[in-house]
Amino acid sequence: MAAKKTTKKKSTKSPATKDYASAEINKQLTAEDKIELYRKLVRIRRFEQFSLKEYNGGKMGGFLHLYIGQESVAVGAVSLMGENDHVITAYRDHGHALAVGMGMNECMAELYGKITGCSKGKGGSMHYFAPDKNYWGGHGIVGGQTPLGIGLAYGLKYKGLKGSALTFLGDGAVNQGAFHESLNIAALFELPVVFIIENNGYSMGTSQVRSSAHPEEGLAARADAYNMDWDVCMGENLYEVRAHVWDAMKRAHEQSKPTILEIKTYRYYGHSVADANAKKYRTKEEIEKYQRDHDPLKVWQAVLEAEGVLTSEQAAEIDNAAKEEAKAAVEFAEESAYPEVSDISTDIYWELDNDTEASRQGTLLFD
Amino acid sequence: MRELSYRHALREGLDEELTRDENVVLMGEEVAQYNGAYKVTEGLWKKWGCKRIVDTPISEAGFIGMGIGASMLGVRPVMELMFWSFHSVAFDQLVNNAANVRYMSGGLIHCPIVVRGPANGGTGVGATHSHTPEGLFAAFPGLKVCSPATPADAKGLIKSAIRDNDPVYFMENTLLYGNTGPVPDPEDGDFVIPLGLADCKREGSDITLVAHGASVLQALEAAEKLAADHNISAEVIDLRSIRPLDEEAILKSVRKTHRLVVVDESKPFSGVAASIAALVQEKAFDDLDAPVLRVNSIDAPAIYSPGIEKEQLPNARRIVEKVLTIA
Repeated sequence: MAAKKTTKKKSTKSPATKDYASAEINKQLTAEDKIELYRKLVRIRRFEQFSLKEYNGGKMGGFLHLYIGQESVAVGAVSLMGENDHVITAYRDHGHALAVGMGMNECMAELYGKITGCSKGKGGSMHYFAPDKNYWGGHGIVGGQTPLGIGLAYGLKYKGLKGSALTFLGDGAVNQGAFHESLNIAALFELPVVFIIENNGYSMGTSQVRSSAHPEEGLAARADAYNMDWDVCMGENLYEVRAHVWDAMKRAHEQSKPTILEIKTYRYYGHSVADANAKKYRTKEEIEKYQRDHDPLKVWQAVLEAEGVLTSEQAAEIDNAAKEEAKAAVEFAEESAYPEVSDISTDIYWELDNDTEASRQGTLLFD
Repeated sequence: MRELSYRHALREGLDEELTRDENVVLMGEEVAQYNGAYKVTEGLWKKWGCKRIVDTPISEAGFIGMGIGASMLGVRPVMELMFWSFHSVAFDQLVNNAANVRYMSGGLIHCPIVVRGPANGGTGVGATHSHTPEGLFAAFPGLKVCSPATPADAKGLIKSAIRDNDPVYFMENTLLYGNTGPVPDPEDGDFVIPLGLADCKREGSDITLVAHGASVLQALEAAEKLAADHNISAEVIDLRSIRPLDEEAILKSVRKTHRLVVVDESKPFSGVAASIAALVQEKAFDDLDAPVLRVNSIDAPAIYSPGIEKEQLPNARRIVEKVLTIA
């Protein structure tokens, strides 16, 4: 490594004053593209609201980590993905799943633990996968997905493909050792990875100031320790998210270099729905302020209406369609069957599932 | 047949797989420019270069997780743990990511990785460096575990492990690296030993000794003593692979000899030997003329003291003593 000390922070303009709509990557968006982005935001919101209702009705087990309030982060980042761009995230994964194009039916059925779920009911809320859409999960252990993210980037580089691995994590994950190991290796090996810290301010019930030692500039500044580029932006406006994520993706594509991008966002619900203290570690007023002034759906709708791209009637139609789709997904999940007991014992070994010669020697699964 | 050391046989296996498949990558601490902490990978970096033989930082969670992620995109990483004892700092990656990702994705993903390195005590390095975690990892569905005792088995099994499309945890032994033995010449064909196939290393009729890894050699030495001093004919079954497990080979031998002692360097509770004892009492109870006994390491963290550490491990004397209680 060069001995020269470099401060890598990139963004100098205040995000509030920068005209993100005129960023090159956003100027390329057609009216249809912009409406489609709105549709994605709304579909995630409605999917999760319906899932919350059914969760509270006792229809599914486990945890439900809602993404509501953060939708613009996944939708904005995923909208930039090309053929060789990949995405991996932690357990708050429904938004990324729908953003990459997974269907509401398979996602809802997975929450119900039904055989028609995206993981056949074997993964649950925290473990959605769609490798055909470059979506590699859906991981339950805080920070545990970050080494996999650099692995995706390693795979791209090894194969000589110009792509990136968008590796999402929460603000609570920045203190995990695996994340720091990933940062070091990503910088050392010059891997085309974009670490996207979705900073919603709370690692479960512990606020950022009570959990993370960090400079005023933000959590992403930890990248300085690894001589890595970093950046911070606000997450409520898709134009802003896209502009900043694209800068980092270009660095990955063109220079094969990693970035930490911290995107400030907010979740309206608890860490999970089971978070009984969701309204105790923060004030009601705080939550209402975000819902009123910083809601990504409201912000994008206002942007598009101001541009004359979307009318409030169209927005209502999109919303109604998303509600109908989510309702149908609930019905699909309700009507689907649970896995059979025999299904417990499949999808463990590739060789066994494919009945290869290698699987026929010796006992792989014990009584 | 030509003789190779265990380490050389492993290296030859790795080299052949590097030749066969351009997606095979060796990575780990000191595997490239340093030529391997135990010289297993000696010369491979010089031959294959930086793309195929990759030095990693001392960062097991990072580079093993990276290998798992890369394997999802079709790379086939063979990752060296300088000691398997260091599994503990990468445990989340080894069990939550490698073992579970196929299942949790409903079979959409597979993870063709090999993690290899020595897993043994007896070298005076104390408890942190002397773990034998084959039973630990074999307890996780989704993983495969093997532990070769001889140079030929080491070569044949590492080649199978690399070709396998599931994660294989390959446990070697620093005390065996220098041992030599016959290994078939590559010119005589591709030498591969399937996982899940045990090997009868010594035929016998009075008692079965089941073992894996270095314990096989202790069992063979004990068998010679039993024959010479006590006129007892012991059969030695080398498991070679723990999961998949060649149950039939174990049961077949027990049905012949009617007595079983399992030799296993790991600790007595919840180990490989305990599982085999359970299996045999369940499936061959009527064939047994005596309880299934076990020789494990003495149940304590690995002691440092070079003067007695070998006594903590299974050795021929302890095996003979155990056998004489039932034969």
